[in-house]
Amino acid sequence: MSRPRSQAEYLARLVPPSVAGLNRRSLLAGAAGTGALLGTGLLAGCGSDSDSGSDSKTVSVGSNQSDPKPKDVIAKVMAGFQTASGIQPAVNTVDHNTFQENINNYLQGKPDDVFMWFAGYRMRFFAAKGLAGDVSDVWGKLSGYSDAFKKASTGDDGKQYFVPASYYPWAVFYRKSVWQQHGYQVPKNLDELNTLGAQMKKDGLAPIAFADKDGWPAMGTFDILNLRINGYQFHVDLMAGKEAWTSDKVKKVFDTWAGLLPIHQPDALGRTWQEAAQSLQQKKSGMYLLGLFVAQQFSNDEQDDLDFFTFPEIDPAIGAKALDAPIDGYMMARKPKSEANAKKLLEYVGSKDAANITVKNDPSTLVANTGADTSGYTALQKKAAELVGSATEIAQFLDRDTRPDFASTVIIPALQQFIKNPKDISGLLTSIENQKKSIFTS
Amino acid sequence: MSDLPLIQADRAVPPPATTTSTGGRGRRLRLLSRTDRVVITLMVLVPLLLVTALVWLPALATVLLSGTDWDGIGPFGEIDWVGLKNYDDVVNIYPPFVPAVQNNLLWLAALFVVATPFGMFLAVLLDKELRGSRFYQTALYLPVVLSLALIGFVWQLIYSRDEGLLNAVLGTDTDWYGDPNVNIWAVLFAAGWRHVGYIMLLYLAGLKGVDPSLREAAAVDGSSEASTFFRVVFPVMRPINIIVLVVTVIESLRAFDLVWVINKGRNGLELISALVTSNVVGEASRIGFGSALATIMLVVSLVFIALYLTTVMREDRR
Repeated sequence: MSRPRSQAEYLARLVPPSVAGLNRRSLLAGAAGTGALLGTGLLAGCGSDSDSGSDSKTVSVGSNQSDPKPKDVIAKVMAGFQTASGIQPAVNTVDHNTFQENINNYLQGKPDDVFMWFAGYRMRFFAAKGLAGDVSDVWGKLSGYSDAFKKASTGDDGKQYFVPASYYPWAVFYRKSVWQQHGYQVPKNLDELNTLGAQMKKDGLAPIAFADKDGWPAMGTFDILNLRINGYQFHVDLMAGKEAWTSDKVKKVFDTWAGLLPIHQPDALGRTWQEAAQSLQQKKSGMYLLGLFVAQQFSNDEQDDLDFFTFPEIDPAIGAKALDAPIDGYMMARKPKSEANAKKLLEYVGSKDAANITVKNDPSTLVANTGADTSGYTALQKKAAELVGSATEIAQFLDRDTRPDFASTVIIPALQQFIKNPKDISGLLTSIENQKKSIFTS
Repeated sequence: MSDLPLIQADRAVPPPATTTSTGGRGRRLRLLSRTDRVVITLMVLVPLLLVTALVWLPALATVLLSGTDWDGIGPFGEIDWVGLKNYDDVVNIYPPFVPAVQNNLLWLAALFVVATPFGMFLAVLLDKELRGSRFYQTALYLPVVLSLALIGFVWQLIYSRDEGLLNAVLGTDTDWYGDPNVNIWAVLFAAGWRHVGYIMLLYLAGLKGVDPSLREAAAVDGSSEASTFFRVVFPVMRPINIIVLVVTVIESLRAFDLVWVINKGRNGLELISALVTSNVVGEASRIGFGSALATIMLVVSLVFIALYLTTVMREDRR
């Protein structure tokens, strides 16, 4: 039976499976955009678009603002820069997650002159590796930034590597109309939050909308509980790998969280944050702990119905004044094609003119420059700015305050494991601690 | 066999036997012109270089890097050697590893026991030249044409807990993608949906090639339809069966795209390939650790490749 009986059979035999699958494979890689090589090609390809115009009248910008609204805002800011300076900015927009995943290859390849990134550990990490340009002299020309923002833009060597553009606080959002209808009051402490949750359940609502399919939203819950129970400094030390995850302090965070899980929306692991936000929008959930960007899921005439409060106090000695408010902004490549143009652009995006454009066009974020004319803010934005202004400490967010390899390969699966099975906290914490030791010593 | 000269060429590859035809073949080889020889050399060399550069060197590099803690940044000179630490970590302190191995095996079993036989069954049905068989053929093959990433998206619309079609139709609130007891089956169904079409087409090609006189002979001998298939057609298609088997094994080993699109291979959908990706690609950049996972996968693949090659080579020798 070894010989094929017909030509068709013979031909079928000739095709190795690896070849038969090749097309589909490469197609897939293109669609998912996850292949490292491919990603580099993609990003590097974008970068080289601007090679042709190195006549010092252009500057290229790598943007991760791929959602329609923020993308539109960036386009308007860049148009403003062109008018003001006569330099032509070329924006290369890459999907937000893809951008993030390929940042290593991107920065080591041919990055754009200026690129968007985040403040915090993630910025300091690349600055320390020599993959970002020093922009200290741009900071000499910037005005309207508090010391907190300057500190968040400073690398380990004391130089600035980052220009903040916008930020958004994390808080508990709710619909005013739903709360008025049922007569709910903002909870001041954990007990009141539990009581409110129980009441919402009786009223047929999922008390706290919850989603963690993407892995990161639950980090917000962990962060805020940790900030309320153990305070800001412990958050910083824990994220820096200096504190043990097996300590009673961390255990208390998870115990408290386990106590709150029953008033969270069930089946969070199959839901995206957008879907959870939709349940709030559709008045099926009572509240939702998320960043200010939750407003994107509400139509313009619903924006006024959206309100928030900061997560209530748990320990009176710690208070409720610390919060997560991640900062987004710009960095410069280590060797931009035109450093002068790149710095001009950074100066512009850090100016109040650029901030004013953002204020006018994006109701879901806050501008970092205090000199901006914020009279165009919605009530929600004004309140958010006040909240951040009154915060004693501002954390960046779990995955922006720690090593990326630790956050994505250890913490995400661990938090999902906890949500799946909130009973075995000690085992989980031991596992995290073992992995942390291995990663932080490498 | 005389109508298949290609096969004869194939048979000519083994070293010349001590028959009288040896001289003839040798002379034919010497008759190759200079150009022919250059072309043949190039045809061997170019693919050899490509395979070496694109397959063997990266594979070797992966094995080497698995002994380091490289984070993907900086020159090679700064890479630190950590020995077998990564393997130790993978097995002992990395919780997703064991579920990943289990899921890969489950994937293999599901494709092998359910999807592949079903694909064969459909091929047999379509081979009967039913009315509209071309339509069915196209419909069943369609998922194979789509990328798995797209398939993941399509099924997302069906499986979403709050807004998905399935829960809306059934009136349930099953968390198809989020419940780790359910999601692997939901994903396997989607993967199988696609795999069935692939197998069907391969098998259909094989069935079309079966000599009709064999069936006629069986029919004349009074064999039933089923026994004709199992006793005559199926054994005749041995080469196709092996291809189908290998395709199934490879598909289950490289399963990745679907779970990656759904939740990056976490929470019940762990696969070794997804773990490799989440460690190596992306911000994490644990190149050393991810390479250790990749090496483990390479070893597992080698077992199946070796099995396949021994089977095929034994076949050729016969």
